[in-house]
Amino acid sequence: MASATGKSFVGRFGVHLAVLVFVAIWTVPTLGILVSSLRDKDQIVASGWWNSFASSTQNGAGRLPAASAQTQKDGKYVIEGNIFGDEPKREISAFGVKAAAPTQYKAGAAADLGDGVTLQVNADGGFVLSSPKAFEGDRGQRVYYASSAPPKFTTENYKNVLLSQGIGRSFMNSLTVTIPATVIPILIAAFAAYALAWMRFPGRALLIAVVIGLLVVPLQMSLIPLLKLYNGVGTFFGVPSKTYLGIWLAHTGFGLPFAIYLLRSYIAGLPREIMESARIDGASDFEIFVKIVLPLSFPVLASFAIFQFLWVWNDLLVAMVFLGTAPDQIVLTAQLNALLGSRGGNWEILTTSAFITIIVPLIVFFSLQRYFVRGLLAGSVKGG
Amino acid sequence: MAAQIFSAIFVIIIGVGGCVAYFWGANKLLDMIFPSRGVSGTAAVDNLRRQGLVRPWLFVGPAMIILTIYLIYPVVETLRLSFLDRGGEHFVGLANYQWAFGDHDFRNSILNNILWLAVVPAACTFLGLIIAVLTDKIWWGTIAKSLIFLPLAISFVGASVIWKFIYEYRGEGQVQIGLLNAIIQYFGGQPQVWISLPFWNNFFLMIILIWIQTGFAMVILSSALRGIPEETLEAAVIDGANPFQIFWKIMVPQIWGTIAVVWTTITILVLKVFDIVLTMTNGQWNSQVLANLMFDWMFRGGGDFGRGATIAIIIMIAVIPIMVWNIRQANKETGGH
Repeated sequence: MASATGKSFVGRFGVHLAVLVFVAIWTVPTLGILVSSLRDKDQIVASGWWNSFASSTQNGAGRLPAASAQTQKDGKYVIEGNIFGDEPKREISAFGVKAAAPTQYKAGAAADLGDGVTLQVNADGGFVLSSPKAFEGDRGQRVYYASSAPPKFTTENYKNVLLSQGIGRSFMNSLTVTIPATVIPILIAAFAAYALAWMRFPGRALLIAVVIGLLVVPLQMSLIPLLKLYNGVGTFFGVPSKTYLGIWLAHTGFGLPFAIYLLRSYIAGLPREIMESARIDGASDFEIFVKIVLPLSFPVLASFAIFQFLWVWNDLLVAMVFLGTAPDQIVLTAQLNALLGSRGGNWEILTTSAFITIIVPLIVFFSLQRYFVRGLLAGSVKGG
Repeated sequence: MAAQIFSAIFVIIIGVGGCVAYFWGANKLLDMIFPSRGVSGTAAVDNLRRQGLVRPWLFVGPAMIILTIYLIYPVVETLRLSFLDRGGEHFVGLANYQWAFGDHDFRNSILNNILWLAVVPAACTFLGLIIAVLTDKIWWGTIAKSLIFLPLAISFVGASVIWKFIYEYRGEGQVQIGLLNAIIQYFGGQPQVWISLPFWNNFFLMIILIWIQTGFAMVILSSALRGIPEETLEAAVIDGANPFQIFWKIMVPQIWGTIAVVWTTITILVLKVFDIVLTMTNGQWNSQVLANLMFDWMFRGGGDFGRGATIAIIIMIAVIPIMVWNIRQANKETGGH
């Protein structure tokens, strides 16, 4: 195919460039939250994350100490100190005394405030306010300034969201939901798939058609009846209606059609001779399944496991309907959704939480991409 | 938390052990009831036949029970509920459907869903196809494909946060920390609150789904393109076809079936799109879609099951043609098996 197009230098260069643009569009958004999650929270709002390696400029304001702090020096009344006080020092580039002109004077210059009063603010934040007359009043002079800070990266955000924003707990909840909801369907589907592929019984074709039909039934069709059913069962037995067991079974049910479909088409493609010779040797269906079909089906079982894992881990809808929102049940996606509502502007929390929710799928995805792609192909290109 | 981990592991063992015990035990039991060994010839043959009648049902039984409870019964029940009132007690005929077509939010959702259906599958398929063709020509194509494929692993909620950060708007005089507004500002434009612009906000939400699903389309189409015989393409080159002719007149027609599969798969996904709208706008500023509206009615004011079920049925009706087509395709393929 390489010979088909792009023979000219310009053509080849164009292809590289186009792919590069696509790759950039598809990776930069994720990169944005990764970089932001590692930045200092004040810097996130002070400059775009793409500038995070440059010093960030920030406008600030402060009030100088009141008249009580004044001393007398060379016949003048003077108030001295540092604008930043005990806070971390930043570099001041300009300052002013009016909100309308916050950067009127360069750092180090002496501003004339009238009546012989002068204010000098140095780059390091040190200031000298001097006046021929004594200062009065208990409110100090207001000062505005533009300052820059060197890039600052931190893991503080991760510590914060894991421990204080409930993300650590919901990470565990997500694992609690996902692992059983991935393992349980595999066994059930594998047996059914074997029966549908290799055993003869009346109604088999109909069952296959039903499974294929159910593949596309929207989840929305199941929600209300199951919610009613769960509430009914809960009331009848006097148990909570929102339980981990409930959501495991729900995910099992919703994942089964795809599992059976995927496994059946793979198992049906296994060589007939192996089955027949095993049968002639006196092996029962159960033995054939356990000793021959299961080991041979490992690749497709792995494919389905990855699919189901990603689907359950990333699910929000099923978790919102069948699990509670208390800290002991809320899953990562639901917690992230809740934070979006309550912490809308706190990007240090949102970006960090988002990155924690996507890190597990990304690891699974990158380490097992081969199986994932195989499953994708088998699942959508019917019959191959 | 330790207790939770422990109980989860315990349940996994119970659940998986239970499954194994069922299949193994049921199978053993069947062998004991109809023994095929240690009995006379004709009895053994009879019993083997009986085993053959029962065993398939032991294997498909658990799957059938779960499918019935979680999918088949709910479909019937949802249809029934759509004719009942909010508590699911009194028959109200077509009142819910009448309400739906008169309701502003519902009509808005239908229109938005149609917009989504018109844009997202087409965009994903088209972009996926372009990227598949381009990446096939360069040495680092596999890496490029991996990176474009990556968003498929990200949850809709995670992707929404990622894109909300890109669309972020800061008031006048503040530094724009959202990438989109920063770019607009750089070129001298006016920063906007993108997700609250009626009508256009739909497209900003669609971009998220397109960003996620293009990788899916790309992988499937890329493998289909590999299946095109080399000779066909070489013949076209010899005949003097240019790259665009090869793409439109040779490649696309050859993989038409795969394009249809990708298109329908994404179509179904679009009909169910919920998380993106919930997390980005929750249907505000005229961006509502059916799946989110249904979720809303399920819980609004204690829940209106009649209206919720009605909306679910509307989504289902849109899916039925694809369902029928799928079953017919599958029947054609498995007919000989």
